[in-house]
Amino acid sequence: MDQTPISRRTLITGAAVAAGGAILSNLTPAEAQQTAAAQATAAVPPAVLPDPTKAPGAPTSAVGTRSAFVTAVRTPTGEITGTSFTPLQALTGTITPSDLHFERIHAGIPAIDPDKHTLVIHGLVDRPMTFTLADLKRFPSVTHPYFVECAGNGRSAYRTPKPEMTPQQVDGMVANSEWTGVPLSVLFREVGVHKDADWFLAEGGDACLLARSIPVSKGRDDALIAYAQNGEPVRPSQGYPLRLILPGYEGNTNVKWIRRIKLGAEPFMTRWETAKYTDPLPGGKARIFSFEMDAKSIITSPAYPERLTSKGWWPITGLAWSGRGRIQRVDVSTDGGKHWIEAELLTTPHSKAQVRFQHMWQWNGDETLIMSRAVDDTGYVQPTMAQLKAARGPGTDYHFNSIRAWRVAPDGAVTFEANT
Amino acid sequence: MRRYIGAVLALAAASACRIDSRDDYLGEKGPVHYGVGRPASAAEIAAVDIDVSSNGAGLPAGSGTPEQGEALYAANCASCHGANGEGKPPYPQLLGGPKGNFNFDSDYKIPKTIGNYWPEATTLFDYIRRAMPLMTPGSLTPDQTYAVTAYLLNREGLFPAGQALDAKALVAIQMPAKPHFVKDDRRGSPGGDNVR
Repeated sequence: MDQTPISRRTLITGAAVAAGGAILSNLTPAEAQQTAAAQATAAVPPAVLPDPTKAPGAPTSAVGTRSAFVTAVRTPTGEITGTSFTPLQALTGTITPSDLHFERIHAGIPAIDPDKHTLVIHGLVDRPMTFTLADLKRFPSVTHPYFVECAGNGRSAYRTPKPEMTPQQVDGMVANSEWTGVPLSVLFREVGVHKDADWFLAEGGDACLLARSIPVSKGRDDALIAYAQNGEPVRPSQGYPLRLILPGYEGNTNVKWIRRIKLGAEPFMTRWETAKYTDPLPGGKARIFSFEMDAKSIITSPAYPERLTSKGWWPITGLAWSGRGRIQRVDVSTDGGKHWIEAELLTTPHSKAQVRFQHMWQWNGDETLIMSRAVDDTGYVQPTMAQLKAARGPGTDYHFNSIRAWRVAPDGAVTFEANT
Repeated sequence: MRRYIGAVLALAAASACRIDSRDDYLGEKGPVHYGVGRPASAAEIAAVDIDVSSNGAGLPAGSGTPEQGEALYAANCASCHGANGEGKPPYPQLLGGPKGNFNFDSDYKIPKTIGNYWPEATTLFDYIRRAMPLMTPGSLTPDQTYAVTAYLLNREGLFPAGQALDAKALVAIQMPAKPHFVKDDRRGSPGGDNVR
């Protein structure tokens, strides 16, 4: 058996050497690199010395890892059909780290070979076409930050709220990434979408071939076929190698692993827009095609299970977003909603993307409720729970965007309060 | 003043020459075709064109009876959905939800099943064909898919026993829930007190 002429040192990270390394001579360079990377992440973290200035630390590495002291993770539930929630309380800034972006899957995460994957666009078009990933990268691209939020985000807080709910548990099915890809409008012009095509079916290449009907007007607007997320290829959990991004629309419509777009005159009435993702309303009704995610905000700190350790200055911080456009303003109340004050927005809000707000609060030690209220650039104001329940009924489903509150007890303990 | 106008015009002319603004390639000024990608062959399209519309477009030839579907259901579906479609969490209930009222807004525990909530019968064929059984999706033949569809609709009182369900019969079924679905009217609402 030939020994590879590449030295072990160039293939293995220092941590992997410490862990014993692999016998790499039988592997191809690609396999070796994969093994080394896997070992690097599985390796024992470098020992924490009492004084790190007294001995050299760990070496450089091919793929970075977090400090052993940084432990925020998603919370996975379910397997083939399941969700994992973003640890909102652990985030700062506006970008969700890609490996902490929530997951919502209906038939597992497919492992797709990018060289074999294609996007077929057909139906009411002049020229049905097949595009490879390489083809799509030859078109002009756009880059924008957008949130993706599951339509069911906030369901537990609406139906069965508990004081011991973290921001992750309340609203963890939302994340904000910088998406890069081809505008769908460019592809629509490439294939020649017919004037009488009012809808398109977007179908993904997972084991349930998840499919949603979308108005062509959205396709011509800001929809994109994304191939990159935060500067690198879209993660498998978020749709590698191609994902439809419909800014501001229900997460489910942002079809992952997209493989087909079919132009038609009518909606296709798939299971995910009829049996699911429809919203019961009072008066014997149910709302269908409720695409837009309405404005929402949530304070991510102070939040359960934190405890304010003293009176005095504490930053109230959180995230706000709207599927209709830009967040215009976030108001914060520190007295249970009696008075509202405008919070600071830490970055210029982008349309249909999350913005971080902050309000410096001087706590006087009394028990109180703190809460935030988002206002977007259509003038829409985030409703209270009472207002939302009156409009939708206690048994409704999806689009749970009521004001979230946190109760601060005299001992500083913070708990969740849903009934605003 | 003339110098100022000249400077503004020069700036405008320079902007018009820029090729990297969104309008240039997304609007009328950019090329309509980049000539990238390849025509999709009929075979390529046929391999993926598996959706079924509510007017029947996409339904394959074939048929099946509720009786044939009952055996298929027991073998392929009951392990997740229950022997009587009662559901086994996390797998949903399919059958036996209350009929007559459409008051799901009052209580989220009211079961939404095929017969009391689905607006289109064709959705059932589309979904089974693309996604079911969960562990072996797409493994049923068209006849088998018609049969299972017929069985489920029959159990919900929407298709008679002993009859063969085919494309024509499936399209003809009117689902009781259909008139209850309304379009999204939230856009006009300002939220707050006037949330819809």
